[in-house]
Amino acid sequence: MYTQALNARETETSAPEDAERLAAFQARIDAEEKIEPNDWMPAAYRKTLVRQISQHAHSEIVGMLPEGNWITRAPTLKRKAALLAKVQDEGGHGLYLYSAAETLGVSREELTEQLLSGRAKYSSIFNYPTLTWADIGAIGWLVDGAAIMNQIPLCRCSFGPYARAMIRVCKEESFHQRQGYELLLEMCRSSEEQKAMVQDALDRWWWPSLMMFGPSDTHSTHSAQSMAWKIKRFTNDELRQKFVDATVPQAHFLGLTIPDDKLAFDAESGHWTFGEIDWDEFSRVIAGDGPCNRERLSARQKAHEAGAWVREAALAHAEKRAARRAAAQVAAE
Amino acid sequence: MTDALFTYVLRLADDAAILGQRLGEWCGHAPTLEEDIGLANVALDHVGQARALYSYAAEVEGKGRDEDQLCFLRVERAFRNCLLVEQPNGDFAQTIARQLFFSAFMLPFWEKLTGSSDATLSAIAAKAEKEAAYHLRHASEWTIRLGDGTAESHRRMQEAIDLLWPYTGELFEADDTVSELVAAGIAVDPQGLRAGWLATLSRVLEEATLTLPAQGWMQTGGRDGRHSESFGHLLSEMQYMQRAYPGHTW
Repeated sequence: MYTQALNARETETSAPEDAERLAAFQARIDAEEKIEPNDWMPAAYRKTLVRQISQHAHSEIVGMLPEGNWITRAPTLKRKAALLAKVQDEGGHGLYLYSAAETLGVSREELTEQLLSGRAKYSSIFNYPTLTWADIGAIGWLVDGAAIMNQIPLCRCSFGPYARAMIRVCKEESFHQRQGYELLLEMCRSSEEQKAMVQDALDRWWWPSLMMFGPSDTHSTHSAQSMAWKIKRFTNDELRQKFVDATVPQAHFLGLTIPDDKLAFDAESGHWTFGEIDWDEFSRVIAGDGPCNRERLSARQKAHEAGAWVREAALAHAEKRAARRAAAQVAAE
Repeated sequence: MTDALFTYVLRLADDAAILGQRLGEWCGHAPTLEEDIGLANVALDHVGQARALYSYAAEVEGKGRDEDQLCFLRVERAFRNCLLVEQPNGDFAQTIARQLFFSAFMLPFWEKLTGSSDATLSAIAAKAEKEAAYHLRHASEWTIRLGDGTAESHRRMQEAIDLLWPYTGELFEADDTVSELVAAGIAVDPQGLRAGWLATLSRVLEEATLTLPAQGWMQTGGRDGRHSESFGHLLSEMQYMQRAYPGHTW
């Protein structure tokens, strides 16, 4: 998911790049060639990708928490199995993405430390709570739906490992999105009480989902470089519009009302126009003051600290084994 | 015979469902990302087994109940799982010890059950056997890593083994229900699995530099619906939706 990282500009100034190499690099990008880990790349390109890929990975990992919150309370065994499989997929995405980031010369431990210390960001959406079972459907439908809009273009990202990871991730996200929608459809068809629960979930998740695409283009001039490098292919507003156009008819099919009284279909452009996002809320949640920011970070820190002795044991055991193997080899010679 | 078969399948279903529920609690909180994925995977296998077994139990019972009614609408005293699977996750060592004891029993159990004269049980066993082989490998490898890791991990793993040991006796209990079905070629005689189970554990614990506890006193009661105090809390969480919204479909 989660390209909010592409809205920030690299602030550190690095040594000026060789103009000739830069031009050759840009020519490869313009020719739609894939950049691979061992190829020369500008330092800022590398940094932008490390930040983007690691924030994407962090989002997958933190995203396991709001959904994991309902695994033990899923209403049927079938739904429990589907949710377990989905959250397991998210963990798998995190693993791929940390591996893709590692090809750029940064270790998973470093990236994890950045997340746990609060220096690295993750998608703002996961700082909202899952209050009812309908929220599990809403996350699949809206959050994974928004993620897919962001990620389909990333399958053509100029950096090879990230682009390839995105192809597989997108297939799984697309399955999650349909699964979430099917869950809500079942609820809406079953009873008025359940439909009201779905409407309540939509009311709470709609605007935070639109925020997933980042600031509006008028306030986000920072992504121009990412566009030139073909890391990003569409602007935030373009992607947000695509998402709204795809999602509004789906909401209507469920018999739900989008919580936006300015929402209207513009016959001339063929697009749905919508109201203004609460950008104060957006900035506040990104900066750390959302309903669950502290809780999410603390859950990750707690798991990390509680698991330290396990990781240390695994390392100690691996070292013992290696030492025994080496000793056996010496004895054999 | 129908009553015995229903009880037998229900016990297996409850074992799988309750262990799946406990393992699911780990999601997002495991010591490594790989284990978050691994434990979720093991949980998923157990939930899958529970579904197949509950569906078959419901069919045998013939009263129109389905897998979800059996899992979510029975009370504490009606559950027939062994006490081992309901034990709280504790630290990672306790979760691993619970899985080691259970999987070391279930792998040969499913292998034998593939030869059941009951075609449905035989088919369920054939699938579950492959899963149990992976679960046992996973639990054995971690037992060895933790036992033969650091001083702290060694201490924790031995404590976990000792803590859960008294819950292993129940795996080998054979009451009239089991005996009747063993005689009919449907069920597996658990007593016949004891030597193999002990051999597996001895091999793993030896490599892990851990000690197999002495036989000692064993807990019992799960098969008759007498569970641990923590079990009611597990059910109140697991059954919350079905209790709060009776008769709804999801």
